[in-house]
Amino acid sequence: MKSVPAQTPLLEARKLTKTFGALTANDAVDLVVREGEIHALLGENGAGKSTLVKMLYGALQPTSGALFWKGEAIAIANPAAARVLGIGMVFQHFSLFEALTAVENIALALPGDFDLAALSQRITTLSADYGLPLQPSATIADLSVGERQRVEIVRCLLQNPKLLILDEPTSVLTPQEAEQLFITLKRLAAEGCAILYISHRLEEVRRICQRATILRQGRVVAACDPRRETPASLARLMVGGDIHAVRAHRDEAAGPVRLKVNELSLPPDGPFSVALKDISLAVRGGEVFCIAGVAGNGQSELFDALSGERLADYGHAVEIDDQPAGRHGVNWRRRHGAAFVPEERLGHGAVPMFHLSDNVVLTRHAVDATVAANRRVLRPGARAIADRVIAAFDVRKGKPDPEARALSGGNLQKYVVGREMDRNPGVLVVNQPTWGVDAGAAATIRQALVDLATRGAAVLVISQDLDEIFEIADRIAVIARGELSEAHAAREMTPEMIGLYMAGMAEAAEAQAAGEGSHGPHP
Amino acid sequence: MDAVLPILLTIIAAATPLVLAGIGELMVERSGVLNLGVEGMMIMGAVAGFGAAFMTGSPYLGILAAIAAGAAMALLFGFLTLTLATNQTATGLAITLLGLGLSGLIGKPFTGQPITRLPNWHGIDILVIFSFILTGAVAWFLFRSRAGLIVRAVGDNHTSAHTLGYPVIRVRYLAVLFGGGCAGLAGGYLSLSYTPQWIEGMTAGKGWIALALVVFASWRPWRLLAGAYLFGAISILAFTVQTFALGIPSQFLSALPYLVTVVALVIISRNRLMLRANTPACLGRPFVPDR
Amino acid sequence: MALILERRVERARKWMWLSPLLALALTVVAGAIIFALAGVNPLHGLYTYFISPLMDGWDREKLIAKAAPLVLIGVGLAVAYTANVWNIGAEGQFVAGALLAGLVPVFLPAWQGPSVMAAMLLLGVIGGLAWAMVPALLRARFHANEILTSLMLVYVMRLAYDWAVRGPLRDPQAMNFPKTVRFEGWQVLPAWGEIHLGAAFALVAALVLYVVMVKMLKGFELRALGSSPRAARFAGFSEHRAIYFVFAVSGALAGLAGACDVMGVSRQLQAPYEPNYGFVAIIVAFLGRLNPVGVIFAGLLLALSYMGGETAKVTLGISDNIAKVFQGMLLIFILACDTLILYRIRWQGRA
Repeated sequence: MKSVPAQTPLLEARKLTKTFGALTANDAVDLVVREGEIHALLGENGAGKSTLVKMLYGALQPTSGALFWKGEAIAIANPAAARVLGIGMVFQHFSLFEALTAVENIALALPGDFDLAALSQRITTLSADYGLPLQPSATIADLSVGERQRVEIVRCLLQNPKLLILDEPTSVLTPQEAEQLFITLKRLAAEGCAILYISHRLEEVRRICQRATILRQGRVVAACDPRRETPASLARLMVGGDIHAVRAHRDEAAGPVRLKVNELSLPPDGPFSVALKDISLAVRGGEVFCIAGVAGNGQSELFDALSGERLADYGHAVEIDDQPAGRHGVNWRRRHGAAFVPEERLGHGAVPMFHLSDNVVLTRHAVDATVAANRRVLRPGARAIADRVIAAFDVRKGKPDPEARALSGGNLQKYVVGREMDRNPGVLVVNQPTWGVDAGAAATIRQALVDLATRGAAVLVISQDLDEIFEIADRIAVIARGELSEAHAAREMTPEMIGLYMAGMAEAAEAQAAGEGSHGPHP
Repeated sequence: MDAVLPILLTIIAAATPLVLAGIGELMVERSGVLNLGVEGMMIMGAVAGFGAAFMTGSPYLGILAAIAAGAAMALLFGFLTLTLATNQTATGLAITLLGLGLSGLIGKPFTGQPITRLPNWHGIDILVIFSFILTGAVAWFLFRSRAGLIVRAVGDNHTSAHTLGYPVIRVRYLAVLFGGGCAGLAGGYLSLSYTPQWIEGMTAGKGWIALALVVFASWRPWRLLAGAYLFGAISILAFTVQTFALGIPSQFLSALPYLVTVVALVIISRNRLMLRANTPACLGRPFVPDR
Repeated sequence: MALILERRVERARKWMWLSPLLALALTVVAGAIIFALAGVNPLHGLYTYFISPLMDGWDREKLIAKAAPLVLIGVGLAVAYTANVWNIGAEGQFVAGALLAGLVPVFLPAWQGPSVMAAMLLLGVIGGLAWAMVPALLRARFHANEILTSLMLVYVMRLAYDWAVRGPLRDPQAMNFPKTVRFEGWQVLPAWGEIHLGAAFALVAALVLYVVMVKMLKGFELRALGSSPRAARFAGFSEHRAIYFVFAVSGALAGLAGACDVMGVSRQLQAPYEPNYGFVAIIVAFLGRLNPVGVIFAGLLLALSYMGGETAKVTLGISDNIAKVFQGMLLIFILACDTLILYRIRWQGRA
């Protein structure tokens, strides 16, 4: 390994600035990364973390500022140049090609001879060495999210990186998979590789990182040693103030069952889709029922079945307020008091090119005579509702009735959630309520979900975010490979148990729940 | 044998333009671009090829002119759909409409004129042989070379390809130009070898049939070749049957290729899951990078 | 130097109006160049092509008569394209309507009175609708790409028409010419000069569809489906129903246009019959911003391009293919200009 004087940083950014039109995504950012350290880059959604690392990886060009690599000023023209320097990156939304095999995906990032057979050999050796087992000939579309991340990591490792950038790597992993990743990262750091670790999970940052740089609204607000901070102090630095915790849980849910699913099974409806197997659950009025799970385990398929975008084989598969709904479409379910918020804001929850008022018509035309009547669209009624939602949820926007796509992620999510809340539904099903949303908007949305339950509604939340789940859930179940675990009261659940369920080890999880605490198989 | 050989040769003649145009479009679609202008590029190739051969007396120069004309139309298509990110469906239609009109305008003086036909042995000429070489070369390129892997990657996920540092737009331009050249060549085959003369609107939907063949072949070169020959066989056999079975109107037999195309599309599309798994995921979606 | 697109936060309203005008201006400029290349004084060429057909009253009537089928078909296509359903086989549906309407005078020549006119128009509608249902069914039921199937069916219908007019429908007294008997009395559409009843149908269809698309939930549904199918499904709108609906509307209108054309203009069926209205209406739909009222103006403009082509052929000796070239260029320019609605265009030096 080349010897670099210890005082010379591996990578240094000075006054790095990036603007997109009127928006300043990074404002004079300074960053110093040294060999062999695991360096956290902290900040909430929209703080400019992704923009910063994309510039370090050559995927974006800085508007101004300078980069130094081992003390020398450089410009990184494109990702290939970054890879030549020894910078590797694992993306949050993976940069993989679903229709290609693992080895083809890796070959695309490597220079040199095009020899897939030899490369497969190297992949097998290296992945076994680092405890990241990988089948080179597997097609990406067939892999789980965790396995896909392994492909990305192995792809970087094959380039002998000096700096490895990971963007929110654990957000798609089970707690146990995350542990395995930490072992790999610590080993890499020990071998001298610098790691830039982007996360908003403060606990894990405090566990594995030696230094942290904290961004807020595109600026560096602090650089510190996270081991000497508390989660609360880090959070304050990130958000710039205290975030109101969601108000305390309500009394024991005593209401009647308002949403019930009985042995629901559905075949996959696309080449990359998951089958639902024998799912049963019951949500009472007054409770928040959360379904945890790693992405791609049947969450969106379950959501579609609950909303009625896909019909079940028989009516009693889904019951709303004791009425069989399984064979009825989404508007029937809405008319019977249900409301739905899908994961994708743009293109599912809202039509991107439609104005906010027209997006009211989208989900209310069949249930609200002020929005549509006699086959006509009533735009004044829709406008009135849009204004109400905007006021109630403090939706920030540039002009009176903009197109949905003109809103920021957090504001559009507040609008889409608020649009359904405005109906005061008896049953609400939400998929990933605060995905990619800034902390302030997330807190507003979570509070609204809890308040709705307090008013007697049954609230079903599907989420990947364990922090969120423990914050708002009364009961928790876990979805893995299209199967739903037994539900437990939130206070009886631990992240470890959820992890075991996520890994499909239901028996071990039940054993923990029963207080046996052993992972051994039952006889 | 005496009866079979002419039939075989007719099948070859019917299949060759479809193979040429189809393979080109296959490459284009593998890169994620839907080019509905094949028909227009083909007819421009036909008129330019004929015109060049007529004026220079050399069918080989005709071939070059045909390729150039197809590629020129493809450049226009690429500028619109890749640089200006226009709707690919509408742009392809526009290219076809423009090509049909422009070729008629240019070809007016060539109508009814004779040219030196491409040298051939019983109808088998250099373009027939080239169509096989082209199929093999494209199959090798797409599945055995790094550049081909990049083309497939761009068609599967242009955002990822861009993030990895691949020039999505440039790759697509090259694919589109290649496809346009192939379509032009297919047109050249019609006017320099198959007919050989210039008739307004002489492509008669063959560009569209080539488009359907790409779907039918699940975006695989050898399957496309097989499909084109199967297609040629079915339509030609019908003509042969006509000599035995009297009373079938000639219009019905002329309609057969189009009906076969529709049936083939239905058969291959019936299984929605398989169709979606085979289709390049970015097909028809414009790419505009953030800067 | 390279052209760079910058995404706009919202669509630019200004360019939704300016884009067709800019496209028209660019077409005129390109047309001047083509005339110059063809050895014609560009100004004289443009005058002959675009202005002279408007100078004569009789020609103005003919313009409206030509625009009628374009608008009838174009509004249907505008509705279909709004829903992202690509019926490009209107030409076949048009011919199907003409063929079916023509059955009545051939087989029931003695039938007269208002009922025969209604029956022929109805048959035209049924013919276009039925022929459009084929690609609709194949798309909804078997997921077959409607662009390719609807187009293939144009060729099939043209051949079917050709067979019918040369065979069973041919007038035995026509000395082997491929044409039917001439339509008489109530089999002919009432006309005012060159303008027949079809123009009124076109106007009504455009206004009705305007109301449907702008004010009614159906129009909202089609726009949602075209813009974002997943969100439309979330709204409870059925993609299948929409496919059948827009194919039915566009097919029926194309069939009606076909019936009107043979009942009002040629007043018999003749082969070959390739008016190309069905294809030119695609351009009309786009030039009209997929807005039914916009289609009326676009239809008139494209009708002018037909007339200009004929005038240019007669007075300038240029092939009437010049019309197709103008039409194709116009569509290309409008697509290019529409980029300005969604993006800002910048020139940037290579980094």
